[in-house]
Amino acid sequence: MECVFGLVGNDFAVVAADTSAVHSILVHKSNEDKIMILDSHKLIAASGESGDRVQFTEYIQKNVALYQFRNGIPLTTAAAANFTRGELATALRKNPYFVNILLAGYDKETGPSLYYIDYIATLHKVDKGAFGYGSYFSLAMMDRHYHSGMTVEEAIDLVDKCIVEIRSRLVVAPPNFVIKIVDKDGAKEYAWRESVKDAAVASA
Amino acid sequence: MSIFEYNGSALVAMVGKNCFAIASDRRLGVQLQTIATDFQRISKIHDRLFLGLSGLATDAQTLYQRLVFRHKLYQLREERDMKPETFANLVSAILYEKRFGPYFCQPVIAGLGDEDKPFICTMDSIGAKELAKDFVVAGTASESLYGACESMFKEDMEPEELFETVSQALLSSVDRDCLSGWGGHVYVVTPTEVKERILKGRMD
Repeated sequence: MECVFGLVGNDFAVVAADTSAVHSILVHKSNEDKIMILDSHKLIAASGESGDRVQFTEYIQKNVALYQFRNGIPLTTAAAANFTRGELATALRKNPYFVNILLAGYDKETGPSLYYIDYIATLHKVDKGAFGYGSYFSLAMMDRHYHSGMTVEEAIDLVDKCIVEIRSRLVVAPPNFVIKIVDKDGAKEYAWRESVKDAAVASA
Repeated sequence: MSIFEYNGSALVAMVGKNCFAIASDRRLGVQLQTIATDFQRISKIHDRLFLGLSGLATDAQTLYQRLVFRHKLYQLREERDMKPETFANLVSAILYEKRFGPYFCQPVIAGLGDEDKPFICTMDSIGAKELAKDFVVAGTASESLYGACESMFKEDMEPEELFETVSQALLSSVDRDCLSGWGGHVYVVTPTEVKERILKGRMD
């Protein structure tokens, strides 16, 4: 089951997502990147219906870029989150997107922030959030160990604690995770946590 | 589970002597899981008018945005704030527009009308108004709230006593409802000031 979670630290926000692409009982791939870099200082970690996930997050990414081209300045994280919620809410009663989103961003004026946006367009600014069956474990671990103003090392340690819990306690636990971080220097991939590597393709 | 009980909510508004109080719980949940304990259910429309929205959080957010938009237009055209009675009619009309595909919300409206007379009302999800002289309730804990308010309410309470009454009624009711709680948010509004207080109750 898809696991996505994230938290806000001292002057950064970190999100982690599992990397398995699954259809019924078949694992198509175990290195699917579900955290999209929205713009220089924003990350979208998405979980849900695979087609909707890719299409919707790309749609948001292109619209955020369009805003920057038209107006010369990037959207704030709050604005991007509200735009995303608006798109989900408009589509909700016509053709809903089954995508749950954690939007992490860093703004110069307001610092790091994390927004919880579920598939029925409920928007809430949070310090820690999670989606999926893994959320039962990761939210509990974060409730226990999280405090405001964590350093990068403390936060990654907590993320690893959550991953260990998910791996050991969730029956269909995804083997691999990707961790991405956003701070004043931008959004970037921090690390992968792999316990199963895809077999190398034999050369022709 | 009913769609009205998906996120969990509790709202109450009570009339005092030339003042009113409106209070809500702070939990945002997704069925059995708690997502946040600082969710704002009550919003200010203008200094003498408050709106609380219980029910499905996404519809509460959409409805709030639509109502703020309509009120701002009204302010531009009429060059004054809306009276509470007028606003209640507006909310009722907007809800009935969606009669066959409704917003899953139950609003509670509280304001000071002409001559500082307190006005409270609630309505169902399709806009059937319920005016009351004493108190109105909404949300998953509404049945407990009816009982608590009925027994604790007195006519013409001063703001301080009104605050105590509303707080006790809210906390005792949400303690019997697993879907609402995690503290309380109380606004006591008099013609001269608005006092916002956070209650600490059973954090479960």
